[in-house]
Amino acid sequence: MSLLPWTITISFAGAFLALIAGSRSAAAARGVALVTALASWGVVLVAAAGFVPAKGVQTLVDVPWIESLGIHYHLAADGISLVLLVLTGLAATAGVLFSWNIEERTGEFFAYFLTLIGGVYGVFLSADAFLFFVFYEIAIVPKYFLIANWGSTNREYGAMKLVLYSFAGSALVLAGLLWVYAAGNAGSFGLPELTAAAATLGHPEQLAIFALLFMGFAILAGIFPFHTWAPTGHVAAPTAVSMLLAGVVMKLGAYGCLRVALPLVPDALAFWQPAIMALAVVGIIYAGLIALVQDDFKFVIGYSSVSHMGFVLLGLAAGNVQAASGAVLQMFSHGVIAGLLFAVVGRMVYERTHTRKLADLRQMPLYKLLPFAAVVFVIAGLASMGLPGFSGFPAELAILIGAWQASHFWALGAAIGVFVAAAFTLRAIQVSFFGKDDRDPAAADAHHHYDPISLPEKAGAFLLIAASLVVGLKPDLFFDWITPALQSPAFQAVLKGGTP
Amino acid sequence: MQPESVLIEAALAVIVLDLTVMRAKDLRSRLNVASLIGALAVVIAAVLAVRNGAMGEILNGVLNLDTLAVATRVGVLGLTLLVLGIGTGGAKIRHPAEYVVIVLCAAVGFMAMASAQQLLLVFLALELASLSLYVLAGFDKSRPESAEAGLKYFLFGGMAAAFLLFGFSLLYGLTGTLDLPGISVVMAVSGFHPLLAVAMVMILVGFGYKAAAAPFHLWAPDAYQGAPAPAAAFIASASKLSGFVLFTRLLWGSASQGQMLGATPGWVPVVWLLAAASMLVGNLAALAQSNVRRLLAYSAIAHAGGILLGVIASGRSGPGPLFFYLTTYGIATAGAFGVFHVLEAQGGAQNLKDLAGLHRRSPLLAGCLMVFILSLAGVPPLAGFFGKFTVFAAALSPAGLGSPTGWLAVFAIAMSAVGLYYYLLILKEALVRPAAAEAQPVKVPATAALTLVAAAVLTLLFGMFPSLLLRWF
Repeated sequence: MSLLPWTITISFAGAFLALIAGSRSAAAARGVALVTALASWGVVLVAAAGFVPAKGVQTLVDVPWIESLGIHYHLAADGISLVLLVLTGLAATAGVLFSWNIEERTGEFFAYFLTLIGGVYGVFLSADAFLFFVFYEIAIVPKYFLIANWGSTNREYGAMKLVLYSFAGSALVLAGLLWVYAAGNAGSFGLPELTAAAATLGHPEQLAIFALLFMGFAILAGIFPFHTWAPTGHVAAPTAVSMLLAGVVMKLGAYGCLRVALPLVPDALAFWQPAIMALAVVGIIYAGLIALVQDDFKFVIGYSSVSHMGFVLLGLAAGNVQAASGAVLQMFSHGVIAGLLFAVVGRMVYERTHTRKLADLRQMPLYKLLPFAAVVFVIAGLASMGLPGFSGFPAELAILIGAWQASHFWALGAAIGVFVAAAFTLRAIQVSFFGKDDRDPAAADAHHHYDPISLPEKAGAFLLIAASLVVGLKPDLFFDWITPALQSPAFQAVLKGGTP
Repeated sequence: MQPESVLIEAALAVIVLDLTVMRAKDLRSRLNVASLIGALAVVIAAVLAVRNGAMGEILNGVLNLDTLAVATRVGVLGLTLLVLGIGTGGAKIRHPAEYVVIVLCAAVGFMAMASAQQLLLVFLALELASLSLYVLAGFDKSRPESAEAGLKYFLFGGMAAAFLLFGFSLLYGLTGTLDLPGISVVMAVSGFHPLLAVAMVMILVGFGYKAAAAPFHLWAPDAYQGAPAPAAAFIASASKLSGFVLFTRLLWGSASQGQMLGATPGWVPVVWLLAAASMLVGNLAALAQSNVRRLLAYSAIAHAGGILLGVIASGRSGPGPLFFYLTTYGIATAGAFGVFHVLEAQGGAQNLKDLAGLHRRSPLLAGCLMVFILSLAGVPPLAGFFGKFTVFAAALSPAGLGSPTGWLAVFAIAMSAVGLYYYLLILKEALVRPAAAEAQPVKVPATAALTLVAAAVLTLLFGMFPSLLLRWF
């Protein structure tokens, strides 16, 4: 466990080294990036191997940083952060593998990429609200350059929209945190101290603070109606960045809701619960329906991300341990599966066919031309639909059971969302890969020059599929980490139930 | 010995040397020698300022060297060094020695502003600094815009000085003394007087002009656009630092004396309005700019709003957050002007588009510009973020949103999200767009490169370890 802070250091150092290596050769930058991603992931896995689930967080580092404001460089971890750290390492490694074909300004690309990863590691490890916020913002800005420089469709617009939404969300968070800190006279940005300070404020104030914090974070998690940055951003982004955005960056928002907003103002959830559940379910269904009618393959995946993140928000809002643990598992699961989907669409298909229009793809017998991509996409699609055996199933099941305890109505609504998800996924599979048989062999031959799927692509795909399968077949692997963490006093103040 | 005298002596040495030994040399080496002497003097003065430390009142109480004054002196000297450094990175200046001499004179004015305890000296220091800046703004005789900038700045500045002087004279008439501590004593006894409100308004208008706070900001875009880049950097950095410190002193007094004008009822709401208007006007107008200097001018107006918020907050929290904000803002904005200075000398005009492809033409400048602009935008871990953070935290204490100041802080937070847009427009050109076909790699003179890298490192360092600055207070 004590090694975990190194993930941050390794990532930032790797970013710097990649920049230097990139001025020599692209291959060197790639090598540095892969080694960095693997090294930090290795650190996480070593820590995970020796992890003993416990109630509450285990402090890793705690040194005073800005003493006059009571800010500490305080890193800590529990089962929840560990799950997400494993996800981050996985997504980073897969992301590097799937951006192996970046030739232009490679060093800069990986420098931004690893800076983003370092920020994400930092967020998942922070136990001090100020530190949390700093890492959170460090993860925002590189996205702009990654998308605007190396993206595709409408990249400058997509990048700007995404970053402005993120920044607006974090402005709400900053306002909420400062409000608690200043008005509650906290004297420290430690989460327990802030919680104590928030408790001294009046109930209406607490409600407002909760709304600021939760909404600010939820924007990054893609909550309806502030989700529109996500599809545009995902579509504009280069593949590896789409994978990271859907895979870990949206999780930053959800994690912020869970780690900061909920425990900080435990009494406020009861008031806001109906509204959040409603927004979550509307998001699930609405984004799902939009995904159903998209003509751009990547937009389908982009909206499906929003839909799946709705489950996370629903799980967080349900206010019980079962739903919350399902939400954490769903964060992992969606991170893996969405990463896989984007990898297929953005890297395997688009880089070869140079079109993402479903109408065009329908004209190609892709299942023959890119059989590997077709198999991976079918697997990923099944996982995304929540088929048993994949990680999505236990996660969504736990969320639905938990949500049922909170509200029958919204749980049923979310269950409808599962069907919508099945519909848009099946449609995407059908239209894109199995659209048209090659009744005209000559037309099919015209496409036969597609490069075969490269080794890094295969490695990345296997990595992600394996992760989804392992967790799907043995969800207790993660539930055993998550549930004790949710039984800590901080979470118990806001979450009900859960067998100790 | 006081550091001001070192600067004066150095200024004399520069001019004498330039008139005698350096006369026959070319402009570039004359500028380098003059800048070197100036830089040495600035360093010596900074060492002296630190070694003298907070001496308290000196010269029969005309100067009050408290912590804030010492910190401001060092800050001004640091920014002067920065301006001298970036001055060597650009086009040739026709009268290099005079340029350095005027920069040093302005620095003396700024330093005196930071510690003056007497209305007359306050005004003299202000005018010394302002007159130097007018000249600097019009220093580039090869461009008519520079003359326009100088004239506009002078006319508005002269008007502001008249307002200030009128306000000061009313203050003197009401209290019968020129000493700031004396004024605060008399005011505490005599209570409110209608003429005091007039004096307050006059002083606020005066400072509003000088600080380019809306609605008195109209000169700023033209001055920033037309002035030579180092002069604009000086106007935006050191002049802001000392000006706002002086303003804070007039309002809140110093630790040893009671409140000054800040005790006058109705004062805070007016500053509140100025701050809110500046943030609104600055941020919104900046969105529409295509000239990068004008963009930075509107960004400066927006920042003036944030700084005014810090002025209000420093009545309760002390000047630490305000000083941090001013210093780090000054470094970042001067650094950005430094980058433009180098670029403009090599054929670039001032349009945003001229920055295109900077990442190819000069990775060093692009990297430095990224640090400065992101710091201005308030992105951690750069210093600009912590400056905003600490000012907002101070403004929200202790009442949260229970006080108007708290609401202003929330407004400022919202506006900083707007600001990110136009800052990213700059970075989009510099770091994303490809270079124009005919664009050449940029050669950065070593002194300017060193200065810019140092400023970028400082920006990062103060952001990661804010206690380096905050522990003075």
